[in-house]
Parts: sequence; structure tokens; C-alpha cells
Amino acid sequence: MGGAASLSSIPLLSHAARADEKDGKQQPAPPDDDPAHYRPVFFSVEEYLFLCHACERIFPQDENGPGAQALGVPRFIDRQMTTPYGRGDLWYMKAPFVNGPPELGYQLPYSPQDLYRGAITPINTHCLMLHDAVFAALSPQWQDEVLHALEDNRLHLNDIPGAAFFEQLRTNTLEGAFSDPAYGGNHNMAGWKMMDFPGARADFMDWINQNGARYPLGPVGMPPKPDPYSASFQNEEG
Amino acid sequence: MTDQTFPPAKPDVVVIGAGWAGSIMAKELTEAGLNVTMLERGHDHSTAVEGTYPGSIDELRGAVRKRLFQKLARTSLTIRNRPDQTALPYRQLAAFLPGEGVGGAGLHWSGCHFRVTEDDLRLRSATIERYGQKFIPKDMHLQDYGISYGELEPFFDKAEKVFGTSGEASSVQGQKTGRGNVFALDRSSHFPLPPMADTFSASVFRQAAREAGFHPYSMPAANASQPYTNPYGCQMGPCNFCGYCSGYACYLYSKASPNVNILPALRQDKRFRLITQAQVLEILLDDTRKRATGVRYIDLKTDSEQVIEADLVILSAFQLHNVHLMLTSGIGKPYDPVSQSGTIGRNFTYQTITSSRVWLPENRCTNQFVGAGGAGVAIDDFNQPGFDRGRAGFIGGSPVWVNQAGLKPIAAAQGSGGKGSPRWGGAYKAAMIDQYRHSFSIDAHGSNMAYRDVYLDLDPTWRNAYGQPMLRMTFTWKDNDIRMNQYVVRQIGDIAQAMGATRTSLNSLLPGQLFDSRIYQTTHLSGGVILGSNPKTSALNRYLQSWDVPNLFVIGSSAFPQGMGYNPTGLVAALAYWSAYHIRQTYLRNPGPMVHA
Repeated sequence: MGGAASLSSIPLLSHAARADEKDGKQQPAPPDDDPAHYRPVFFSVEEYLFLCHACERIFPQDENGPGAQALGVPRFIDRQMTTPYGRGDLWYMKAPFVNGPPELGYQLPYSPQDLYRGAITPINTHCLMLHDAVFAALSPQWQDEVLHALEDNRLHLNDIPGAAFFEQLRTNTLEGAFSDPAYGGNHNMAGWKMMDFPGARADFMDWINQNGARYPLGPVGMPPKPDPYSASFQNEEG
Repeated sequence: MTDQTFPPAKPDVVVIGAGWAGSIMAKELTEAGLNVTMLERGHDHSTAVEGTYPGSIDELRGAVRKRLFQKLARTSLTIRNRPDQTALPYRQLAAFLPGEGVGGAGLHWSGCHFRVTEDDLRLRSATIERYGQKFIPKDMHLQDYGISYGELEPFFDKAEKVFGTSGEASSVQGQKTGRGNVFALDRSSHFPLPPMADTFSASVFRQAAREAGFHPYSMPAANASQPYTNPYGCQMGPCNFCGYCSGYACYLYSKASPNVNILPALRQDKRFRLITQAQVLEILLDDTRKRATGVRYIDLKTDSEQVIEADLVILSAFQLHNVHLMLTSGIGKPYDPVSQSGTIGRNFTYQTITSSRVWLPENRCTNQFVGAGGAGVAIDDFNQPGFDRGRAGFIGGSPVWVNQAGLKPIAAAQGSGGKGSPRWGGAYKAAMIDQYRHSFSIDAHGSNMAYRDVYLDLDPTWRNAYGQPMLRMTFTWKDNDIRMNQYVVRQIGDIAQAMGATRTSLNSLLPGQLFDSRIYQTTHLSGGVILGSNPKTSALNRYLQSWDVPNLFVIGSSAFPQGMGYNPTGLVAALAYWSAYHIRQTYLRNPGPMVHA
């Protein structure tokens, strides 16, 4: 359990390469689908390292199955950042932005990209000041303390309320654990397997009522095409 | 006539919005021989293109990123709980999910297809008859529809035959069947298809509800239990309980939608023209302001402004947009809650819905991913007219049901935890998996009454992408509706005991609880352009014709004077067919006001 959250378990560090560090040549695609070999395209190495550890505390590896890292949740979140959703294009984002009671909903001028970019560095600064180490290097217990402080809105990250960032992180972590593997998370459909969700089968004519018996078939994913990150797929709805 | 004359430059009718209401009106009016142009702000949608497997059953793309729903980036609304607050924009879709594109909310709905109870259409009269005038709380705007069930029955019947609705009649032409909902009103014919099968959870609920002394029945579902061809020649395939109804386009042609059940016929009619990506900004009036001359819209494909003239205008967008367009067009007088004058925006209502949850023993798997949006088992014991509201202390009603519509893993994970339980970490993970495998939800699906200070108007600050002021919603829960929800949820506790639940989590509204726009509740919004018999308190007459502009009809749940316990689509469709019938029978022969105030 401790190993999953330690720095050395993240191969990212050993061959870290920023996508924006282009030397004129396209990096070849990773040879396999292992989330551990993924190189982030939106997040910096430091940001991605935070993400790997924070997501793992939200959805940890344990006797019930793999955690967020092994499921590829950080990879999922990185890839979501460059979609219309990540850019905030699905939200009403016109000014003025006015604070109000919580029941009236999200009122920050920040897209998901902005929330991650604006929050992770201040969280690491907070951890350095308090514990002399960035979030990823803290013990799981201290990491949980920081996440609780965010969830309870006891930490503010410049003008981002901790709770707003925490909700974004929790939401995206669970999306990554349980969306179709084509999006980059739910590696090997292990998220679906631990839930007993059969994926894209979508035909239960023979299992409408079997008096509470467990559904016998494991999951299937979407066929490999279309690529949900292709421009035509993203833009289909305009 | 030759083909070059179609489509004509000036149609007879312009229909705004391509959902159920618009598609029904367009079908009826082309059948009457009129040239009809239907404008839709979103994209075209058909099962064969956007509805295909597996893209249509992708949870992230569908219900999570909300591809079939309103694009808030272009236009939204503002929300506040009280008139003395500053309303703030609804920036992320959550509490309710209006549709966008051809089919509208009728493409991504579940398929729960109800009629009404006897009292729903005459709630004011019925309440006074049973409990006296004093039973009506101060500032509750209770009103009759002014249409009887007998008048609407043929149109409920017609809609069910078009939708291919599955259900079990309890009374047909006065003959009791001994099955179905014992409290349901008499019908002129059986449902076109037999009821949907019970999921395991629904069968557990059916037995427990019966043992607890209630009267369970199969919910009427516009999900096809068998292959079906409707009166328009449109075909449906049998539902396989894939679980992708609400939030999705049905890949099997099993869930009724305008796209499957009406548009395939309409698209073949040369009198019909559909213009997509046409955002209507205004209904145009002549100098007298008593006659609509057409509409002004933005063609989003070319970003250019267009005008279409027509003799008859049908406003049949989503409820919120019907109200917005009446206000931005300056038709009728905006409602003012202080003087209680004006009608547009008056009697805005929602529904009072909470979900409770029961857990079964670990050797029982509820397989919550199996489901159909409209299928399930319900009881009407707290929704039927004979239920004694005098003792319970509320007006309105609430069916209770197990409507296992197919719970997907992201939604299940997001919804687990809270109420004192961890929302993340190892304990959360274990509880979430257990909840997904062994529990199911029981819903209290209650009505919501209309109140003096609950209304819609235009926001003074925030604008949409076209420079117009956005709609402003002033809404919160009131004591009457909270009392109803609490009463009904207590009864759910008794049923859960009868079914041997190992654990029960009852969820009801609390006194003083505010409406929370961050949590999905329902998309059943109604009122704001209501029908009635008095032009001082209603925007439309009983034929859904504008009192102010007689060649304008406003179709949709915006016409409901107050909420009801059932899902609204059945009544929306029946009112559309009712209005269309009277336009064809009366209005077209003699255009003008069909009711003289």
C-alpha cells in the first residue's frame, strides 16, 4: 500500500519528458498501454506527480482492487484537460463572477484547466512550508490531512477555495476510474470489474430479473474506434 | 404544384423547437394541409447517425459530459432562492437538464409516460370541495386547468398510440381488468403494448408494497415491451433493458422520441421543412401588437440574422425557453409578485423528488446497470384523489416507485458517500462497491405547488451569447411541499422493512431547506406561460392560445398551472394534440380568439 504512494513507484520520474520540450521531432508513442509509461501533455512533471498521489489517496489500491494510479486516472485527467470540457467550453463563463451562497452553484471564473494549474503549486508550497516536502513526498497520512483540509475548505489556494479544487479532483478521479478505457483511465477495465459493471454489453434481455443472482459476464469496452480524442468526435455536437 | 415551390419562402406555420410538442404540432398541421417550417437551435439527431452503438452508450460522453443537453456556454439562466437575493448564473448543468437539438428533451428522456389523476386538472376546485377554502395556504396560487379529463382522454389515447406505450390498464370503457393501477382513470382503450417486465428490484418492491397494504402497478413506459409500428408507420424494436435511456439516445429504437416516432414520417412530407441551428430570438408582432407576423432568428451556421414570416406561430421550445421568448418578445405582461399582476413567468413550478435507498443481503445482487427508463413498479396511494390530505396536512401528491433505469458506474461512484459517510478513500471505496452491487433506490416523486414569490423574469445583469438578458428563476421549497415529501418518505420506511432490507437510507427534504442548484433533481420544470380561464391570471386560454396574440399558441409544460406528481411528458403530448385538434377544427376555419374573455 505504501509502495503505491511512494515516489519511486512512479516511473514518470525516471524518463520524465514534458510534451512542450520538443526538440523538433515527435516523440514516438509509448510502446504499450501501461499508465505508468504515460507522459503528460497538459500537466508539468511536478503537477502530474501531485495528481498521481492525490488521486491515489481519493481512490486507493486495496483489497477491493487497483487504485487510481494503476487505473490510469492521472492519464485520464491529463487527456481531459485538452478537451472542450477541460477548457471550460461546456460551462456558462460570462462575467461578472460574483460569490454567492453554495446552493446557487459554481461561480468561479476558472475552467478545469485553470483550477488544476492554479491549485497544485500552492498546495505543494503549503506542504513545503508545513512539512518540508511536496505533497507527493508526504506520507499517506499527511496527504490525507491535506486533502481533508481542502475538502473542508480550510485551505485557500490564492483565490481558489480548497473545496472547489477538491470537488474537481474527486469528480475527475471517479470519472477516470469508471469511464470507458478509451479515455485513458479504467485500465484493463479494472474499475468496472471491481464494481461488477459489464461495460458496453448493453443487452440484458435475459437478466431483467434473475431473482438477485449475480450477472455472470465480465465487462467489454467500446470497440477501439472511434478515437474519442479525435477532433471529429469532439466536435460532432458543435 | 411543382417541386420548386417547396419549401415555400413563406410557410403557413412556423414552429419553434423540435421536441415532442413541436413535432406533434408540425405533424398535425401538415396533416391539415399547411406548410410548416420548424426551427431548432441545435443539431439534427437521428438514431442511425448519433444514436448508434457503442457511441450512444458511452457514459462519460453521454450523461457526464452531457452531449445531448443545452449548451450553457451560449445561454443559461440565473437562479436565486428568494426575491431579495441576487440571482447568479447556472454555470454548470446539474439540477435540471434541458435538451438541445432535434428531439429536444424528448430524445434524452426516460420514457415515464403518465396521464393525470382526477384531481390534477381541477386541483383548486377539488381541494375546496374536500377540505375547504381555508386549507389552501396563503400565497399558494392554486388553479384549475379548465379542461376535463373526459375532454383530454382521446388525446392521451392518441399520444400513447404514437409513443408505443407499454402499460397495464385497470379500467377500459368502464370494464375493470383487475390489474394495473386501481386508482387510474378509465380509458377508451388498452395501452398499445403490454407492460414492461419487472426488474429484480421492482419485483421486490411490488411484493413488499402489497404486503404493506398498498396498491403496486407497472409504470406506464414509452419503452417498447414488444416490436411496434405506430399510426404514422414509425417502427420501434423491443427494449432489452440496456439501461441507457435518461441522458442518451436509444440505440435500439425502443424508447419513444420525436426522432423515432414522429420525424421519420414528417421528414417525408413536402409541406414540412426543418431548419436546424436556428436560434430564435424574437416572435415578431405587427403594429397592433395583437398579431404575430413571424420570427427573427440567428442562423448559427452562417452567424446571420434571418426573418421568417408566417400566419401562425407555434412556440414549443423547452418550458424555460417558452417563458424567455415571451418575455424577450414583449408578449403579455411580465408577472410582478408584489402587485401580483401580469402573467408571463407566473406559477413557475418544479417537482419535489427525493431518492431513498435500501440494501439487500449480500447474496442478493441488484444488478443496477440493468434497466429501462420508464419501467418500474409504483404505488399511487399518496397521489390518488381519495388519499386524505386533511390529516396529512398538504396539498398535492406523490407516487412512490422503484424505477431502475440503469445506473452507470460514474454516476454510482459520484453519488456514493456523504450524509456522514466518507466520500473518498478506502472506506468510501468499499461502501461504494457494496452499494452498487446490493442496493437500489426508491423515489418519492412528488408535486410542487405554485406560489406568489416563485416565478420567472428577466435577469438585470447576465446576458446570453446573443446579447439578450437571460431568464431569472426565483425558486425554493415551501412548507406544504416539504410536509408532503416527509410524509411520503416515512411510508417508504415501512415498505423497506417489509422487504427485509438490511439497511435503509431515507432521504427527505428538511424544513427550511433551500433549493440546491448543484444537485440533479429532475428536469420537470413547468408553468410560466399557463393556461386558464382568466386573462388576468393566465397567459393562454384552454386551447393554449395566447390571450394577447391569438395567432400564437404556446405548447409545453409551461402551460401547467401547477405541478403534479406524475412525469409531465404524457400531459404535454395530450395538450399538444388537444390544441392541434382545436386549431384544425376551429381556428383554421375562423382565425381569431377561440375563447372570448
